[in-house]
Amino acid sequence: MNRILKYILLDILKNKFVIAYTIMLAVIGWSSFTLEDSSAKGILTLLNLILLTVPLVSILFAAIYIYNSAEFIELLISHPIKRKDIWLSLFGGLAGSMVIAFILGAGIPLIIYSDLNQSILMLAIGIIITVIFVALAMLCTIIYKDKAKGIGLTIILWIYFALLFDGILLFLMFQFSDYPIEKPMVALTALSPIDLSRILMLLQLDSAALLGYTGAIFNEFFGNTKGMIISFMLLLGWIVIPLIISLKKFNQKDL
Amino acid sequence: MKYVFILLFFLLSGITGHTTKLHVGSDKKYKQIKQAIAVAKNSDTIIVFKGLYKEGNILINKSLTLIGINLPIIDGDRKFEVLSVKASNVTISGFRIQHSGYATLDDPGGIKVYESENVKIINNDLYDNFFGIYIQFSKKCVIKNNRIISFGKEEQTIGNGIHCWKSDSLQIIGNSISGCRDGIYFEFVNNSTIWKNKAYNNIRYGLHFMNSNDDAYYSNNFSKNGAGVAVMFSKKITMRNNHFADNWGDAAFGILFKEISDCILTGNTFDRNTAAVFMDGSNRTLVENNQFTNNGWGLKIQANCMDNIIQKNNFIKNTFDVSTNGTLLLNQFKNNYWDKYTGYDLNKDKIGDVPYRPLSLYAVIVESNPTSMLLYRSFIVSLLDQSEKKIPSLTPENFIDESPLMKALKL
Repeated sequence: MNRILKYILLDILKNKFVIAYTIMLAVIGWSSFTLEDSSAKGILTLLNLILLTVPLVSILFAAIYIYNSAEFIELLISHPIKRKDIWLSLFGGLAGSMVIAFILGAGIPLIIYSDLNQSILMLAIGIIITVIFVALAMLCTIIYKDKAKGIGLTIILWIYFALLFDGILLFLMFQFSDYPIEKPMVALTALSPIDLSRILMLLQLDSAALLGYTGAIFNEFFGNTKGMIISFMLLLGWIVIPLIISLKKFNQKDL
Repeated sequence: MKYVFILLFFLLSGITGHTTKLHVGSDKKYKQIKQAIAVAKNSDTIIVFKGLYKEGNILINKSLTLIGINLPIIDGDRKFEVLSVKASNVTISGFRIQHSGYATLDDPGGIKVYESENVKIINNDLYDNFFGIYIQFSKKCVIKNNRIISFGKEEQTIGNGIHCWKSDSLQIIGNSISGCRDGIYFEFVNNSTIWKNKAYNNIRYGLHFMNSNDDAYYSNNFSKNGAGVAVMFSKKITMRNNHFADNWGDAAFGILFKEISDCILTGNTFDRNTAAVFMDGSNRTLVENNQFTNNGWGLKIQANCMDNIIQKNNFIKNTFDVSTNGTLLLNQFKNNYWDKYTGYDLNKDKIGDVPYRPLSLYAVIVESNPTSMLLYRSFIVSLLDQSEKKIPSLTPENFIDESPLMKALKL
């Protein structure tokens, strides 16, 4: 398993697209801290990047890579290697390389310019978001064998998490505005990894005061150490569950 | 002959107005301040030397001048009102007055002035009192260069720094106030000036007006208070060149206007407040030449405000520049600088050719549904805002600055 993992990791890290992704993250990361006049503004700019670009790149790149290495996977399966090992090394290689790209690109300016607590949380969120969307990509590729359909699904998933989910939330907020909906809304928000990470990060920044009453409720739920653990468990759930489902499917799949 | 009489008059008045100096101190003629007051006549001067004076409540019922040398300490033992002034033309300066009693019924203070005129309270330290300086039914008093420090934990258990009630023509200058309920509190106080004071870390407001008219406050600094300044049920208040900073919290604001009219708000700076100016039911107020930077909300203007003019202000780096709770707008915005303005200026008159709509769709959404603040900084919000900017459909039609400035004003 280790050898496959190593091979995939090195193969992806040599990929031009991943190098370009690292450079892009670095450019945006450094410029958002040097152009904005305070580190708080820089971190907000970077937050937007992490919540939009990172998921998109992670999910698309992972899906395309898996489709392109379909023959390689078939080759591996013909050898006496467990399917579980193949799939997990594929996941490990993809997630690992995207995480390395993220840390190299965005992590360094974050640690240099920003407050330590904030940058650690931000890094953790960026890493988890990357891994979540790699796991989702693996689920998509196993659902559709057809490349076009699979990639289409990944894009739909991205649009859903980045845009549609918030739209639905906004719709619900207005539909049920006559009721005390703050607590259910907080619970609902926690269901989307992007929203959950966004609010976790906002609560660490000065802008937390703007969130008002709802923010206070959210803070009560997720602001303390226990809440932090719960929210990170939720985020980890977004990695583990798609991965296990895809692994089961891969084990049973007739290639 | 006339001149001789005038000369004689002055000479006589000089003799009768001759003041004696009474010295109080451990090695002086009088050991206690009370003894000196008992002997003193009107317009005498009592000089108090360094030491600790625990004399319960000290009543000043004659027109005296009390001067402390090397900051003598007068202690109320946490039971008494420390100094009670019940005479006009009293001057108190150079004391440290501490540990007044705590009672919610008769509100003891470090220095309390009752129905007097022309009382001067200058250069004192008021330390850990229930109320710092309390003025009631008085006129023409001067409160200058005092340092008021208290350690209030909650609103109910601490009084105000400088509390003025039913008074007229007061001057409050150069004091610094912290840890009180309200830094300075005005109720039924007219024709008064508040100048160059510093109010910080107070539990409720830095400065609080209730039912007070024709007052002015200039060049004060209000920072890190529960909320900066509240002006309520008042008329004709002038607010100039003040600095409001770091009034940051869930319900904090720089200034709250509640049911006021004909006020002037000019030349102030608002930096890092949750809501810089919150206008509720305020009419005919001029908001001019103010600087709004790094606030959550620059200007929250409720729909019940009328005929306010908001002109020549800078709005820079605020999360929301303005917000309102209705569709009606009876106020005028003109010649402001908005950093979010993206229009152009073809004829180079430094005024943008395209009108600017400062009210973002998200601000409207948040006002009608505060829960949606949860979506702050999400992708959908910026998408909605951008589309609304291009094709305004939901934001009030008349909420518009027809002549936005291209460059920030130098303020």
